[in-house]
Amino acid sequence: MLESSATQGPYWEQPLPEDEHLRHQMEHLREEHLLFDPRPPAELNKYVLAAMKKTGPRFWLLVLGLGGMVSVFLVTWLLQMIYGIGITGLNRSVMWGPYIANLIYFIGIGHAGTFISAALRMMRMDFRRPIARAAETITLFGLATAGLFPIIHVGRVWKLFYMLPIPNQRGLWPNYRSALFWDMSAITTYIIGSTLFMYVALIPDFAMARDHTSGWRKKLYTALALGWRGSEGEWHRLETVSNLLSFVIVPVMFSVHTGVSWNLSMSLQPGWHSAIFGPFFVVGALYSGVAAVILVMILVRQAMGMGYFIRKEHFNAMGIFLLILTLTWIYFYFAEWITNWYGNLPPEVAIQRQLTGPLAPLFYGMLFCNIIVPLATLWSRRIRTNLKALFVVALIIQVGMYLERILIVAAFLSRNELPFNWVDYVPRLPEILITVGAMSFLVLMYTLFTRVAPIIPVWEVYEGQAVQSPRRIGRAVVPTRTEAH
Amino acid sequence: MSETVTTGHKWTMIVDLDKCTGCQACVVACHAENNVPTANEDEVVRGRANHWMRIERYWEGEYPHVQARFIPVFCQQCEEAPCEPVCPVYASYHSEQEHLNMQVYNRCIGTRYCGNNCPYRARVFNYHAPHWDAPLEQQLNPDVTVRSAGVMEKCTFCIQRIRRAEEDAKVEGRPLRDGEVVPACVQACPTDALIFGDLNDEESRVARMLPDERQFKLLENLGTQPAVYYLKGGETHVGE
Repeated sequence: MLESSATQGPYWEQPLPEDEHLRHQMEHLREEHLLFDPRPPAELNKYVLAAMKKTGPRFWLLVLGLGGMVSVFLVTWLLQMIYGIGITGLNRSVMWGPYIANLIYFIGIGHAGTFISAALRMMRMDFRRPIARAAETITLFGLATAGLFPIIHVGRVWKLFYMLPIPNQRGLWPNYRSALFWDMSAITTYIIGSTLFMYVALIPDFAMARDHTSGWRKKLYTALALGWRGSEGEWHRLETVSNLLSFVIVPVMFSVHTGVSWNLSMSLQPGWHSAIFGPFFVVGALYSGVAAVILVMILVRQAMGMGYFIRKEHFNAMGIFLLILTLTWIYFYFAEWITNWYGNLPPEVAIQRQLTGPLAPLFYGMLFCNIIVPLATLWSRRIRTNLKALFVVALIIQVGMYLERILIVAAFLSRNELPFNWVDYVPRLPEILITVGAMSFLVLMYTLFTRVAPIIPVWEVYEGQAVQSPRRIGRAVVPTRTEAH
Repeated sequence: MSETVTTGHKWTMIVDLDKCTGCQACVVACHAENNVPTANEDEVVRGRANHWMRIERYWEGEYPHVQARFIPVFCQQCEEAPCEPVCPVYASYHSEQEHLNMQVYNRCIGTRYCGNNCPYRARVFNYHAPHWDAPLEQQLNPDVTVRSAGVMEKCTFCIQRIRRAEEDAKVEGRPLRDGEVVPACVQACPTDALIFGDLNDEESRVARMLPDERQFKLLENLGTQPAVYYLKGGETHVGE
């Protein structure tokens, strides 16, 4: 019913108007927007649960393959612990290499998820509803993977607890002046905050799953749902906590990649010692992170048949966001580069010569992936809504951002103040295996997670559908949204 | 420039580049004294030559008119050391008493942040468990710890020799005499290019030599305030 009336049925029963013009508009609206295409909650529940429980041979093959890669990763790591960091390609000048680049990269791709969810929630942008969980999940496992790398990186991993502020008999505390300590604190806060944020939103979905499953799943969801009954008070508290946590998450998100960048910029290393690194890294993280969320959205939609929930409107919106981030990132990179170039300090000139000389393929390849490709494609709505094209663009951005990270760590370190200490860095097999294995770990965790937790926040979708409805104003159908919260 | 430090010992090294011939005797002496492991050829090619002290060789001019210049570089024992604040576990810390950069091997977890942050690249990371070709493993110095794989290490100004001299002086109930503390590199230097002493002792040789019109500090512009003074060598070249 387009007319407001107390006698109308539930929100998902809205017959199309008889007027052909209006009917056409309504059909268009429903096709375009998930929230104007309501279905009964029970149907949506069934849809999501069925996708969650389905595990075919292809799924297990994927898990087996990824599991194999993760085993290789673990064995390589064990060998590294036994034989020392010497099995990597690091040397006396380049003491940080791919492990730190991976830390930056994985935090980066894990960055955007919760941020998108929290920031869009703060701004009441309802299109986030179906994609929030998929994005938050990549934060969760992106951070988990990133968190492995400081552990892999250190020389004596069995002494890592020295970094924790735990009481000990010598009264020795960690060094609060070290950027590594700030970084560790920021990452820990973000992991805890984003996990809480995600879990709070998961409770109603766990309760839903609890009510519709049996066996081990029933037991698991009963525990995880924390006795959720769906009373008015519970929903109210859920809303309050989610809003509060969104406001907490956003500043913490900024602190995390700023902290990571400060590991580099607080040092005296030429090229690193730059005040712009904080915001530059945050933008870079969002850039690769949003591209990663798009990749995940496409994969979840195609592999789990989520075409009803994740639609073109979402890809279009995310594509525009990605384009904005492309431009922002270019601006920051340009500002950083031109200051160094104009400053013309000898060690920084040496770094620039290194990048445009022997490492030119990597450097120009990075610029091509991060600047040319996104700028050439993302302006077009047709490409933004074409899943194959968007997938390729997002993947290319991942490659570009990874190159950027590895160059900024290893290539910069290979040039420093005293030319006698210029040592080039070449990666060796263990580092490559560990990097590929960590990526597999992230994908594996994500894949398994989609089979134990509803990857679409169903309650958010039907809440969104309930508060929105089309209204007729004259000869036009207009989307409206109630503020009843 | 902080010439204001007056408390405790201010251990200082002077490197006279005019006298340095690049013979590397100091490097060998340092390896022997401080149980610094030797790296094999493959490791050196990978850029893992692990010396606490190295002779940096720079070429000047175009062939055939080239000159080799040598500059011995080791930990500069900076007063404002960049390696110290970045260590998350205080393995790298400043001794207020002796004005030296200390490295606590037991505490080091191997983040290698200090190594990155040292503009002199004076720090050495143990990429492997220490190894000496026979019979070198028979001559390890019992006064110095053998460091395990995964920790950072660097020149200590032979702190074990400083301690020995201090204890000897204490037993005899007298203050330390100038020239009593001799680091291994100084002892080995055949041309007397390395001079070591306490800058706070006005009678010491280093105090009498400074200031010198030839003096400079390495990468002084970074504000690290090194305890090593170099004396410019105008004619330090070979091959002429």
